[in-house]
Parts: sequence; C-alpha cells; structure tokens
Amino acid sequence: MNRVNKWIAEILLVALALVFLSPIYIMLVNSFKDRSELYNNALALPTSFSFTYYAQALEKMNFLTAFGNSLYVTIVSVVIVVVLASMTAWMLVRTNNRLSQVIFMVFVATMLIPFQTLMMPLMQTMGWIRTNLGIPMLNTHEGLIFMNVGFHASLAVFLYHGFMKSIPIALEEAATLDGCSKFGVFWRIVFPMLKTITITIAILDVIAMWNDYLLPSLTLSDKGLRTIPLSTFYFFGEFTIVWNLAMAGLTLTIIPVVIFYFTAQKHIIKGIAEGAVK
Amino acid sequence: MNKWKNKAWFVLFTVPLLLVFTTVVIIPFIIGIVYSFIKWDGIAANAKQFVGFSNYVQVFQDDRFMHSAWITIQFTLMALVLVNVAGLGLSLLVTSKLKSSNLARTLFFMPNLIGGLILGYIWKFIFTDAFKYIGENVGAENIFFNWLLNPQYALYAIVVVFAWQMAGYTMIIYIAGLQGIPDDLMEAAQVDGAGPWHRLTKIVFPLLMPSFTICLFLTLSGAFKIFDVNLSLTGGGPVNSTEMFAMNIFNEIFGYSRYGIGQAKAIIFFVVVAAITLVQVYITKKREVQM
Repeated sequence: MNRVNKWIAEILLVALALVFLSPIYIMLVNSFKDRSELYNNALALPTSFSFTYYAQALEKMNFLTAFGNSLYVTIVSVVIVVVLASMTAWMLVRTNNRLSQVIFMVFVATMLIPFQTLMMPLMQTMGWIRTNLGIPMLNTHEGLIFMNVGFHASLAVFLYHGFMKSIPIALEEAATLDGCSKFGVFWRIVFPMLKTITITIAILDVIAMWNDYLLPSLTLSDKGLRTIPLSTFYFFGEFTIVWNLAMAGLTLTIIPVVIFYFTAQKHIIKGIAEGAVK
Repeated sequence: MNKWKNKAWFVLFTVPLLLVFTTVVIIPFIIGIVYSFIKWDGIAANAKQFVGFSNYVQVFQDDRFMHSAWITIQFTLMALVLVNVAGLGLSLLVTSKLKSSNLARTLFFMPNLIGGLILGYIWKFIFTDAFKYIGENVGAENIFFNWLLNPQYALYAIVVVFAWQMAGYTMIIYIAGLQGIPDDLMEAAQVDGAGPWHRLTKIVFPLLMPSFTICLFLTLSGAFKIFDVNLSLTGGGPVNSTEMFAMNIFNEIFGYSRYGIGQAKAIIFFVVVAAITLVQVYITKKREVQM
C-alpha cells in the first residue's frame, strides 16, 4: 500500500514538472508545423519534422553572429569583473582604514540604484566621452563591456569582501616575508582560495549579462553588433509575427542556455542560492 | 618607504575598477539628479533650461504615470503572493525524499535562466493563439480567450509569466532553508504526535523565516523593476493599460523625448526602490536579533 502511494506520488511530481514546462513543449512542437497545421491544432505534436523554419530563423535573426557577439561580450565582461573586483575587494579588506570603509560603503549603497535611474545620464556621459575624449564608448562591444563591468562591480566587490574576511591572513604574511610582491601574493595565494565565490559571481553575472536586453539596446545600433536578446527583439519587430518561424527562433535562443544549465547545473543552483542569501 | 609602497599597491589594485565604476554609476547618478531639474528634449543642439521642481510637479499631475504606478503596485502584490506560494509549494514537494525530486527540481528551475524578453515572447503565443485554441476546442471560454486584449487580464498575464520565471528561483532559496532544519527535530515532533500540518505551521514555517525575508525582498524588488517581460509580452498594451513603472520612464525619455520629466520619474523610482529595500533590510536585521 505504502509502496503504491509512493509510486503515485512519484508520477504526480513528474507530471507536475511536465505541466510546468508545457510552454516549452508548445514552443517546440509549433516550431516544426506549417501555417495551417499550427492554426488547426496548436497543442498537438507535429505530423512531420521539417527544419525549414529553423534555417529561416537562423538566417533572419543572424543567429550565429548574434551568438558570437553575446559570447564575446559576456565572457570578456565576466573575466574583467572577476579580476578587477577580486583585486579591489582584497585591498579593501586588508587595508583597514577610513578610505577603504568609505569606498566599500559606496559600492554597497549603489546596489540600490535601479538601471532606469542611470540609463539616460549614462548615455549622455558616454556620448560626452566619445565626443571629447575620442573613445568610442557607444555602438561598440568594448563600450558595452565597459558598462557591464561598471554595473556588476558592486555585487562582485560585496560578495568577495564578505568571503575574504573569513580567509586567514597568516599565509599572505608568510609569503610577503619570503619576498613575494603584493601582486604575487594575491594571484598565487589569495585568488586560488576564492574559487567557490568566484564561481558564484561568474554564474550570476553570466546569466544577467547574457539575458540583458535594455543596456545593449541603448548602446548598440549596428545590426552586426547585436546580441541574442537584441536580435530576438528586432526579429519580432521587423515582421508581422509568423508564429512557427518565431517559435523556431525562440528555440534557437534557448538551446545555448539549456546546454549551459545541464553542464553546470550543480554550480548554478548553488551559486544562485549563495548569491541570494548574501 | 614601505608605507609609500603600500599606498602605490592600493592604488594599482583598486583604481582600475573604481575608474570604471565612477564613470558608469557615480557620475551618471549625480548628473541624473541635475537633469531632473532641467527641461530638455534630448537634442544636443537644443537649449537645456533650468526649471526647478516643475518636472516633479508635472510628474504627479501626469495621469498616465499615476495609472502606471498604481498597476505596478497591483502587479507587485499579486506577483509577491503567487511567486512565493508557488516557490514554497514546489520546495516542499522536491524535498519530500521522492526519487524524482532531483529531476523535478532541475525542471522547475529552468525558466529562471531564460531571459525575460524571450519568456515574454513564448507566452505571447500561448496567451493569444494557444488559449484561443483551447477555448474554442476544449471549452471553458471564460478562462481560455486572448488575455492580451483585455487590460485586466493582460496584467494577470504578466503576473503569470513573472511567477513562472521566479517560482523556481524562490524554490531554490526555500530548499536551502528547509535543508537547514534538523531531521531529529521533525522526528521528535512526529513522536510527540504532531501531524503533518502542525509540523509545517509550528516548526517549519517559523524556522523558515530568514528564507521568507530573502524571497519576499527578491520578488518585491524584481517585480517592481519589471521591464523585459512587460516589453515583449504586452508592450504596455492594450493602449498603455499595462505600461508599468520602468517602461513608463523609458517611454517618457526615449519615446516622447521629455528628458527632464523622464529623469524626474527615474529619481522618484530610485527613491521608492531604495525605501522598499531599506525597510526590508531593517526588518531582516530586527529578525536576526530575535533568532
């Protein structure tokens, strides 16, 4: 009896999970259907699997370029955030004076500022830099990376700061006595000990930057520079919506995310939990 | 000598990030406050005129903005309840020691990794065509019709999508909280004759308080700042009825080119978000003392 109950519970749980993901199912099945089939029955399995819409979507969204752009912007931004924020946080933790405390407080306080409050003056600032200093901050991937780093600095410094306070200083002192420079101490001794928090920060930032729409939409105007969320937006804006084509396009955008999720699942779930709790 | 050297290292380690951070966050924040007192249409050649608090006065006379603020509050409250009830329910299900619970956990969390923009487009199809199809062929046409054509239901649609995205996220946090409750405590309660409902309300919920606080805060600020799902699912429509706070600011600045008024709204937005967050932190701190 108990065993039967348990099996029923197992089946119900799996069924619930599948119902939960039914939007994904609907997206998938309709990406294979032709127009009349889609309007005849939006829920049924497709009668034949043709990848025509995928080929079309791939081309119309300029998907491979967009994928490359997203990958480049996300990876470079995350690496820079990790390198600069860990160095900064280390100095702030190990230099115990008024200045360090003030800098740290400013980082923490700015986490309260929503993006919408900064977006217009940010664009003005970047425009000013472009005209007066000649640095191309707008409509370049590098400019977007620069802004990504600025926006994700606070959280990364905050998380590193909290983590480093628990690391014993003795090892660092020993290395300094052995004649290691600060640079050497940090990269050879401290940074390897930050592995878990670095993974957490990297995962939180990858998810946020990969999915970000608003900031890239404000900075990138060239078609060839678009990231995946941008090309999805324009894909939906340019044509009256042809749903089977649209569903194929959306499926394409989700594939990289799903692959990322299933390869790094443990780290992602742990990272999310840790990032949120702090 | 040594002191001077230490200072040099400090500068070398911190200045690169501080430079980027100042350019991207601090300077825009400060000039953003200045912009909120200025009348300007965003065209560099046109004059910027200092108007004092007039932008702020106009914001509060703007019916579209007041409507937007009101539906944002409605949305936030509905989202808060739905996300947390769903997240807590799912977390209780997947910690119930079933074999399939790991798989279920993985699947429940998945929508959270997909960006809001893309989720909105997927659901747009569901609320328009799939719902229409179900209504016409299965029945229950008073539930299954095109939600996005009705102002009230379009708002509910955003709540549903937001909940679908966030439930898995709060689930993860509730799971961490549930796993922190010692097993022997539950067993002792069972031996003492406490039924499942009693164990849940008298032991689990009180011990889960820190998780509640975190989840409530995350949903609160996330819902209040919603933009991507709003943009792709309803685009603010039908006829501006679901244009929420963040989108209203965006449209005011980049759509209507009223930079000053838009920035004044953005500053108000900041004050509200900061107030919500600080109240939340204050409550958390107070709780921690008691525990």
